[in-house]
Amino acid sequence: MSELPQKAKVVVIGAGIVGNSIVYHLAKLGWEDMVLIDKGPLPNPGGSTGHASNFLFLATHAKEFAELTMDSVRLYKELGVFTECGGIEVARTEERLEEFRRLMGSSKKWGIESHYVTPAEVKEMVPFINEETIVGGFYTPGVGVVDSLQAGTLMREYGEEKGVLQSFPNVEVMDIETEDGAVKAVVTDKGTIETEYVVIAAGVWSPRIAKMAGATIPLTPQVHQMISVGPIDILSETDGEIGYPIIRDMDTFMYERQSGGDMEVGSYAHRAILIHPDDIPSIEEAEMSPTELPFTEEDFEPQFEHSLEIMPDILGDETAGIRHAINGLLSLTPDGYPLLGETVEVKKLWSAAAIWIKEGPGTGRLIAEWMTYGESEIDAHHSDVSRFSNYARGEYHSDQRTAEAFIKTYGIVHPREQWESNRNVRVSPFYHMEKELGAVFFETAGWERPQWYASNEKLLAEYGDKVMDRPNEWDSRWWSPIINAEHLAMRERVGMVDLTALSIFDIKGSGAVEYMEKMAMAKMDVAIGRGVYTPILTPKGGFKSDLTILRLGKTHYRVITGGADGPRDMKWFSNHLPGDDSVYMVDMTSAYCTIGVWGPKARDLMQSVTKADMSNEAFPYGWTKKIRIDGVEVLAFRISYVGELGWEIYIPMEYGLGIGKKLWEAGQEFGVVPVGIGVYGTTGRLEKGYRLMSAELDADYSPVEAGLARPKVKKADFIGKEGYLKAREEGPTAVLCTLTVEDHTSKSGVKRYLQGGEPILTLDGETIKDAKGRYSYATSAGDGPSLGKQVLLAYLPLQYAKIGEKLYVEYMAENYPVTVRSIDSTPVFDPSNERMKG
Amino acid sequence: MDILVCIKRVPVTGAKVTLTADEQAIDAGYLSFAPGPHEECAIEEAVQIAKKHGGRSTALTLGPDTAVEQLRYAASMGVDDLILLETDEEFPPMPTARAITAAIQAQERPFDVLLFGNESADAGGYQVGIRVAHALGMPVVTGVKKLEFADGADGGTTVATAHRQTPDGWELYEVPLPAVFTIKEGINVPRYPSIPGKLKAKKKPIQRITPEMGAVGLEKVRLVVPEAEASDVNILGHGAAAAPQVVELLAELGLV
Repeated sequence: MSELPQKAKVVVIGAGIVGNSIVYHLAKLGWEDMVLIDKGPLPNPGGSTGHASNFLFLATHAKEFAELTMDSVRLYKELGVFTECGGIEVARTEERLEEFRRLMGSSKKWGIESHYVTPAEVKEMVPFINEETIVGGFYTPGVGVVDSLQAGTLMREYGEEKGVLQSFPNVEVMDIETEDGAVKAVVTDKGTIETEYVVIAAGVWSPRIAKMAGATIPLTPQVHQMISVGPIDILSETDGEIGYPIIRDMDTFMYERQSGGDMEVGSYAHRAILIHPDDIPSIEEAEMSPTELPFTEEDFEPQFEHSLEIMPDILGDETAGIRHAINGLLSLTPDGYPLLGETVEVKKLWSAAAIWIKEGPGTGRLIAEWMTYGESEIDAHHSDVSRFSNYARGEYHSDQRTAEAFIKTYGIVHPREQWESNRNVRVSPFYHMEKELGAVFFETAGWERPQWYASNEKLLAEYGDKVMDRPNEWDSRWWSPIINAEHLAMRERVGMVDLTALSIFDIKGSGAVEYMEKMAMAKMDVAIGRGVYTPILTPKGGFKSDLTILRLGKTHYRVITGGADGPRDMKWFSNHLPGDDSVYMVDMTSAYCTIGVWGPKARDLMQSVTKADMSNEAFPYGWTKKIRIDGVEVLAFRISYVGELGWEIYIPMEYGLGIGKKLWEAGQEFGVVPVGIGVYGTTGRLEKGYRLMSAELDADYSPVEAGLARPKVKKADFIGKEGYLKAREEGPTAVLCTLTVEDHTSKSGVKRYLQGGEPILTLDGETIKDAKGRYSYATSAGDGPSLGKQVLLAYLPLQYAKIGEKLYVEYMAENYPVTVRSIDSTPVFDPSNERMKG
Repeated sequence: MDILVCIKRVPVTGAKVTLTADEQAIDAGYLSFAPGPHEECAIEEAVQIAKKHGGRSTALTLGPDTAVEQLRYAASMGVDDLILLETDEEFPPMPTARAITAAIQAQERPFDVLLFGNESADAGGYQVGIRVAHALGMPVVTGVKKLEFADGADGGTTVATAHRQTPDGWELYEVPLPAVFTIKEGINVPRYPSIPGKLKAKKKPIQRITPEMGAVGLEKVRLVVPEAEASDVNILGHGAAAAPQVVELLAELGLV
C-alpha cells in the first residue's frame, strides 16, 4: 500500500456505495488526482452498505426518488450486479389497496411497469405465502437485488485503473481544515491531505465529519431490524441468490426477501431507535460491525407473529433457525430526502449522505455532474442539503422529525400530511390573532401558517354547493371546504393573508445591478420602485428558482421567495457573489412580517388606513411604495398571487401586530375575511395558472415549456442564457397547460377530487410521453371554486396541447375526463387580469 | 432422564473490550448478552439428551431480571423449564455454587444430569460446576466433548460415558448418574432458535428464587484489559500479483 498523498484535487470520505459511485463518475467526467478514504477495511468498511438487504423497489410518488432509483438500476445492470426478481407489495387492508391504486398512478407517470395482482396470483408467484392474510398485491416485475459491495468495488477499480484515483482503507478522518470559508485539508490518522474539494459520503457518520469543518449534514442514524431465517428447502432449491419475488407486507411494515437458502425478514414497525453518530461503536469495539448493532428482540416480537401469519410454512418450520439478527443502522433525515450538494457553511465541502442502496449509484452520478457542471441531469431540488433553515440544520430538529418519520417508511403518507414534532418554531406577530380566529396551522420551513380559519365556517352556508365539498375521507384529509369559501369571499370582498413565512434577502452594493442581471432571466436594470417576477436559471437553462425582485434603490434590490425556497435560493445567490465587497447580501427574513390584502375591496380598505394615494394612477400594478399606516412606514407592493386587486404589505416585525390589528379592524366595514394558505397556495394560484417551483418548475423543463419565456431576451448576460436561447430556438417539446376536470363521479357514484401528481392519459387510457421521455401528469391539482371545477396544471406534448382537447386523468385507478383550457400562462380565471390591474 | 443446564448471562464483546470507568465490569453500552459458547453447547446437549432419552430439560441462571433473556433463549432452543435465581448483586463462584445447589435441592424432582459450561465466557473461573458436584456429592467430569448414556448392567442405574479430549487422544470416564458434566464447545453444533421456538419461549413460566449471598470466598478487585498481542498477519499481496508469494509459502510448508 502506497503512502497517503500530501495533495489531491478531491478527497472523498467513505467507500460505501455512494463514495465509490462518486469517484467512478468523477473519473468518467475527467477528474484526476482523487483520493478515496475510509476508516474501515475494503471492500466492506462496516458502514450501512455492508449490511443492506440490497433490494430495489421502484414505485414511489416522488420524482427525485424515481429518477435516482431508475438511474441506479441502469448502473447496477451496466456493472452486471443486478438480479431481477420482481417485487410484490401486499395489502392486508382495503386502505392499503387504495394506496396501491395511488401508487400505480405514480408508477405510470415515471414509466415504471406495475400492476395489481389478486391473492391467488400472488400465491402463484410465491407458493409459500398464506394468501388468506392478504387482500391483494401490487406487482412490479422490474424489482431486483444487487451486490452493492461488488458494485462499489468495480466502480472504485475503474478510477484506480484509469490512474486517477488512489484508495486508502483504514484511514480515519480526524479533522477538516478550512480557510476563508472553503475547504483546505483533510487531517487523518495517517497524515494530512491538502485538497481543493472534499466530499462526505460517510453515511451515518456524515454529521460528525461535517462538524469537523463547521458544517451541518442533518441526519440521524436509526435502527432497522432484520433477521435471517434458514435453511429453508424451497429457497435452497432455487438457483443463486434469489428465485422468488420479494414480498413487502406493507400493513405490518415488514419485508420478506430471499437470500440464497435463507429468508431475510426486515421490519420498519418498531419504535424509533436513534443512535447518534458519536455513539456508534468503533470497528474494534463492535460485536458485528459498527452499523450492525445487537438485535433487541423485544422490539421485534410482534414481527415474529406477523411473519408466521404471512409465510407459515417456511418461517414456521422449526428446523429453520434465526441465523443472523441485527439492529442495522441507516440514515434518516427530517423530511425523508437525501442530503446532497455543497454544504451551506463551507465551500467545496460536499455532502452525499442519507442515500440508500436503491439510490446509491445514481446519486454518485448526480453529485459528480453537479460538481463538474454546477448542475446535474437529475434535478436534486428536494435533496439539496442547503434546503434547511438554520434551525433545522441541527441535531435537535433532525432527532425529533426522524423519530416521527421512522414509522412512515412503509406508512401511507397523505400528500398534505403535517408533522407533529417540533412545531411552533417560527410564528408571525399575527399568530395569536389567527389562533383566536380558529386558524388551522400548516407548517413551512418551521413557520406556522394558517391553512384555513375555523371562524369562516359560517361562510359555508353562504356559498352552499360552490365550496365543492369532498365526500371521500382521503380526498378531504388535511383539507376543509372552508378554504373554498374563503376563496369565494375574497373574490367578492377582501381577504387578508399572512405571508410572513416568505423569505426575504437584500442585495446591495455598487455592483448590485450587474450582479442581479447575471442572476435573473428578466431585466433587472428597471426603474426604482418596480417589482419583477423572474425565473432564476441553472447554467443549462432549467429552473433553479422563480422569485420576485424589488428594486428599492439605485444599488439596492430586495429578493422575495417562498419560505421553504429561501435557504436554497440564498445559497445560490451567495455562491455567485463577486467575491469582493462590491455586492453583499443580507437575510431580512426575520426583519419583516407580511400581509397580503386582496380582493375587489382591497383598495377601499387600504385607502381607509393610509393617506398615501392608492389609486391605480398613483400606485399601478407591479410597483412598490413606502406608505404610512398609523405613522408606521411599511412597504406596499402591488402584486397578487391570487389574481385580485391588492398589495403585499411588508412591515418591520415589531410593528406587525399593531398594523395587523389596524387592517383587521378597518376591514370590518368592507367585509374582510381572514384567508389561509389553502387559497394562496392552491385555489387562487391555480385559477390564475401560477407556476410553483418544484411542482411545475424544475431543471427538466425550460422557461419556454413552462410558458414563462419573455417576448424579448435581455441584452445583459445571465446564468442559463445560452440554454434559454437554445430552448427558444428549438421551441418546446411539451408545454405547461391548464386543464379542468369535467366530471368527478367515480364508478361507485362518489365524487372524487384529485390531490396532484396524477397521470394524464389519452382517451384510449394510454400514458402520454413527450419526445424527451417525460410523462404527462398533474404537477398541481386543486379546486377552482370560481370556475366551479378542479384545475390541473400539466405539461403536455404539443399534439395534445390544444385548447378544448379532451383527455383523462387517472385517480385511484379510475379515469376522469379533463379538458385543456390554456396552453400557456394565460389564466383560466380572468384571462386578461382585469381584476388585478384595475 | 431429567437434565439441568446452568448458564450465565455474559456480554458479547468485539475485538476490543472496553471497561466501565470503575473497572468493575465490561462496558456493554453497545453490546448484546448471551450465554457463553460452552453453555450454548450445553443447552443443545440438554435438549438432545431429553429428546433422545425422554424426560425434561431445565435451564437455570443466576443474575438480574434481564437474564430472563438468556433463559428464553434456552427455551427457544427447546429447553422445557426455566429457573431464575434473581439478584442484582454480582455473585462470586462460591456463593453462586451454593445458591445453585440450594435451588437444585429445593426442586421436587431430582435431576439425573447436571450440565455446566466448562468455564464462563467472562470470568473464566472454572469452578461452579465442580463446586456444585462436590456439594451434592455427585461425580463430575470436566471439559466434556462427547456424552453417551447406557443402562447399567443390572438394568438399574444409568451410566454415562463422558469423553475428554487431550492432546494425545481421548479420555473416557464412566460415571453413574446423577452426575455433573462441564461441557466444552465442539460437543455439538448448537441450533439457531426458530421463530416458533421464539414464540413458545415467550410464553414459558419462570420459577423465580431469591438466592442468598452468604460467605463470598474469592472476590473481584478490578478488571484489566491485557495489551493486545501484535498481529502475526502478513499480507502477501493482492489479486494475481500475490500468486508467486503464495506458491513460495506453500512450497515452504511442503504442500506443493
